[in-house]
Amino acid sequence: MTVIGWFQIILFCAIIIALTRPLGWYMTRVFNGERTFLSPVLRPIEAGIYWLSGVDEKREQHWLTYTVAMLLFHVGGFLVIYGVMRLQAILPFNPAGQSAAAEDLSFNTAISFITNTNWQNYGGESTLSYLVQMLGLTHQNFLSAATGIALAVALIRGFSRASMRTVGNFWVDVTRCTLYVLLPICVVYCLFLVSQGMPQTLGGYVEATTLEGAKQTIAVGPVASQVAIKMLGTNGGGFFNANAAHPFENPTALSNFVQMLSIFTLGAALTNVFGRMVGNQRQGWAILSVMGVLFVAGVAVTYWAEASGTSTMHTLGLTGGNMEGKEVRFGIVASSLFAVITTAASCGAVNAMHDSFTALGGMIPLINMQLGEIIIGGVGAGLYGMLLFVVLAIFVAGLMVGRTPEYVGKKIEAREVKMAMLAILVLPLMYLGWTAVGVVYPTAVASMANAGPHGFSEVLYAFTSQTANNGSAFAGLTGNIPFYNLTGASAMFVGRFFMIIPAMAIAGSLAAKKSIPPSAGTFPTTGGLFVGLVVGVILIIGGLTFFPALALGPIVEHLAMNAGQIF
Amino acid sequence: MLREIRPAIVLLLVLTAITGLAYPLAMTAIAGAIFPAQAQGSLIERGGKVVGSALIGQEFKDDKYFHGRPSATLAPDPNDSTKMVPAPYNAANSGGSNLGPTSKALADRLKEDVDKLKAENPNAVVPVDLVTTSASGLDPDISPEAAQFQVPRVAKARNMPEHTLKQLVASATQGRLLGLLGEPRVNVLALNLALDRVAAK
Repeated sequence: MTVIGWFQIILFCAIIIALTRPLGWYMTRVFNGERTFLSPVLRPIEAGIYWLSGVDEKREQHWLTYTVAMLLFHVGGFLVIYGVMRLQAILPFNPAGQSAAAEDLSFNTAISFITNTNWQNYGGESTLSYLVQMLGLTHQNFLSAATGIALAVALIRGFSRASMRTVGNFWVDVTRCTLYVLLPICVVYCLFLVSQGMPQTLGGYVEATTLEGAKQTIAVGPVASQVAIKMLGTNGGGFFNANAAHPFENPTALSNFVQMLSIFTLGAALTNVFGRMVGNQRQGWAILSVMGVLFVAGVAVTYWAEASGTSTMHTLGLTGGNMEGKEVRFGIVASSLFAVITTAASCGAVNAMHDSFTALGGMIPLINMQLGEIIIGGVGAGLYGMLLFVVLAIFVAGLMVGRTPEYVGKKIEAREVKMAMLAILVLPLMYLGWTAVGVVYPTAVASMANAGPHGFSEVLYAFTSQTANNGSAFAGLTGNIPFYNLTGASAMFVGRFFMIIPAMAIAGSLAAKKSIPPSAGTFPTTGGLFVGLVVGVILIIGGLTFFPALALGPIVEHLAMNAGQIF
Repeated sequence: MLREIRPAIVLLLVLTAITGLAYPLAMTAIAGAIFPAQAQGSLIERGGKVVGSALIGQEFKDDKYFHGRPSATLAPDPNDSTKMVPAPYNAANSGGSNLGPTSKALADRLKEDVDKLKAENPNAVVPVDLVTTSASGLDPDISPEAAQFQVPRVAKARNMPEHTLKQLVASATQGRLLGLLGEPRVNVLALNLALDRVAAK
C-alpha cells in the first residue's frame, strides 16, 4: 500500500460526497415533476411520449398497479433482446458477420439485462452484432436502470407520504428518469470517453499488420455510447469480453477514475433524494454513512491483500503486488478500488480479473454482493435494499426498548418486518442453493477453471453475482453452457423481482399509514448510534448467512496459500 | 390493469428507439466529427499501412524490440474450431488467464518466465508485470522498470549503446495524471516505433 494509493481512494470518496447534494437536489425536482433547466428542450418530447402511449401523467398508481406496470415493461424488454439476439444474422449492423446466438445464451442474456445484472456469458466482440449491442443491450441498460431508480423513488414516497393509496406513476417515473437524468449525463459522458480514446464507430473490425509482420484483427464498434450508460446505470455488461479492463473500454487512468465515480454517483445521490423527500436531509446522510463505513472497510482489506501479493510470487522474489490479471495503467490500487466499487454497487464491470485476485482480495467483492449490494448498490436497488435493512434494524431497536418501532414518522409493524425478511432471506436461498447443486452436478463441476477451494469460489461467485444482479465474475468458470445459462437466469430473476415485490408492498403499506410527529421517546435515526446499529444488523445477518460458505472457499484458500499449498 | 398494456408496448418502443438507436447513432456522428481519430480506434499508420492501435498491445518476440506483458488471449484452433488455442494479443477476443492465487498452472508459468528473464538479465530484479498476464490480454503498457530491464537485450540485438536506449525509455515514460491518478507506464508499441526511427537514422 502506498500514500499515493490512499490519496486516490480519499479523492474518490470526497468527490462522491461533494456530488451527492447537488445531484440529489436535481433528481428530487425531476421526480416531483417540477421544472428543471432542461425542461425547455425535453418537456415537449416528454409530453409527446405520454400522448403517444396514452399515459395520463396526473393519474397515480396503487403499489400493485405500479408493480404490474413494471413487470409488463420487462416482459417487452425481454422479448426485444431475445428477438434481436436470435435474429442478429439477418438484421443490419453486423459487419463481423455474427451468427444467431444460441437459445439458452439468448435467454440468459435477456433475463440478465432486464434484471440489471448484465452477466456476460456472451463474449461481446466474438458473439454479438452492433445492432444487438445498441438495440438489445444499450437500450436495456437505460431502461433497467430507470426502473431501479423509479422503484426506489416509489418506496421513498411510501415513507414520505401519509394516508395515501398511491405511490406515483411508473410510466412517468421511468420516462422522466430516462429523459432528464440518464440521457443528458450520457451524452456528455460518452463524448468524454471518446476523447480518452474509446471507439465510437459502426465500421468493421480493423486489420493491422504489426511491426513484426503478424496480422492483428482489432475489434472496434459503438463502444462509448454503451459504456456511458453501462457505468452510470450500474449495469456493467461489457462491450468487449474483458469489460473495463479492455484498453478500448477503459483507455486511461482518467477514464478509469471517472468510470468509478459514475458507478456511485446516482446511487449516492438517491440517499439525498430520500432525505429531501422525507423532509430531513440528515436521514439521507445517516444512510450514506452506513454505506461509507462498510465501503471503506472493504477497500482497505482488498487493497492490502492485493498489494501483499501471493506466496508463489514471494518465493520467486517478485514484488509489487499481485499483478496477474491486472492492467499496468491501473496498477494495484485502481484495480482494487474498482473491484470493491463495482460489487458494492450492482455494476459488475471489471477492470481486472477477479478470478486472479488473492483469496481475501476476492472475498470482499463476494461479501459485498452477498450483503445484497446495499453499499450504494445498484441505482435504486441499493437504496431499497438498504431500507429493508433499516426496517430490520429499527425493529431490533424497538424490541430492545419495548416500543413500537418507527422510522421517519412511520410505524414499522409486523407486515413491513415480514416483507423485509422475505426479501432478505430469498437471496441466500438462491445463491447458496444453486452453489450446492453446482458443486455436485458433473457438467457444472467440469466448468471450473481452477482446482481446490478456488473452484468452489468460482461457482459461489457466479451464483452470488447473478442473484445479486451484479454481473461480475470469477471468469475462469465456463458459464456459457445450458446448466449455468438456465440456473443463472433463475437466480437473476428471483434475485431481482423477489426483492422488488416485497419492497413495493412495504411502499404501499407505508404510504397508507398516518405520519406521527417525533416525540421524546422516538429513537433518533440520524446519529452515530443509529449508523452503528444498522451496520451491526447488516454484518450479523450477513455473517450468519454466508460465513460457512466463505469458510469453504476464500478463507480456506488463504490458509492453504500461507501454508504454501497449491492445487 | 388492462389499461397499462398500451403504455407498456408504446413506451417500450419509443424509449427503445430513443436510447437504442437515436442515442448511439447520434453519438457516433458527433464523436466522429469531434474526435475522428479516437472514434476509429486510435489507429497508427506507418508508410500508409495500419500497424496497430495506440491503445492495443501487440505481440513482440524479436530480441530487437521491447516486449510487452504475457497475454492469455485465445483463438479458435484452425484445425478444430470447437477448441480454443493460445493466441497472444488477439484483439478480437480479449480476456485474462483467470488463474487463481493457489493455481499450480500459474505457479509453474511464473517460475518458467522468471527463470528465462533472470538468464537474460541477471543483474536486475525481475519486474512483476513482465511475468504476469494482463486482464485484457491486450495491455499496451509495461512499467518503466520492465522497459529498463530489457535495455541490455535490445542494445545487444541492435548493436546500439545502452544509454541511447535508456534515454528513449525515459522519454517514452508517461507519469501519473496530475501526479496522482494511475501508474507510471511505457507504451510498448510507441516505444518500438520510436526505436525503429532512431535506429534508421
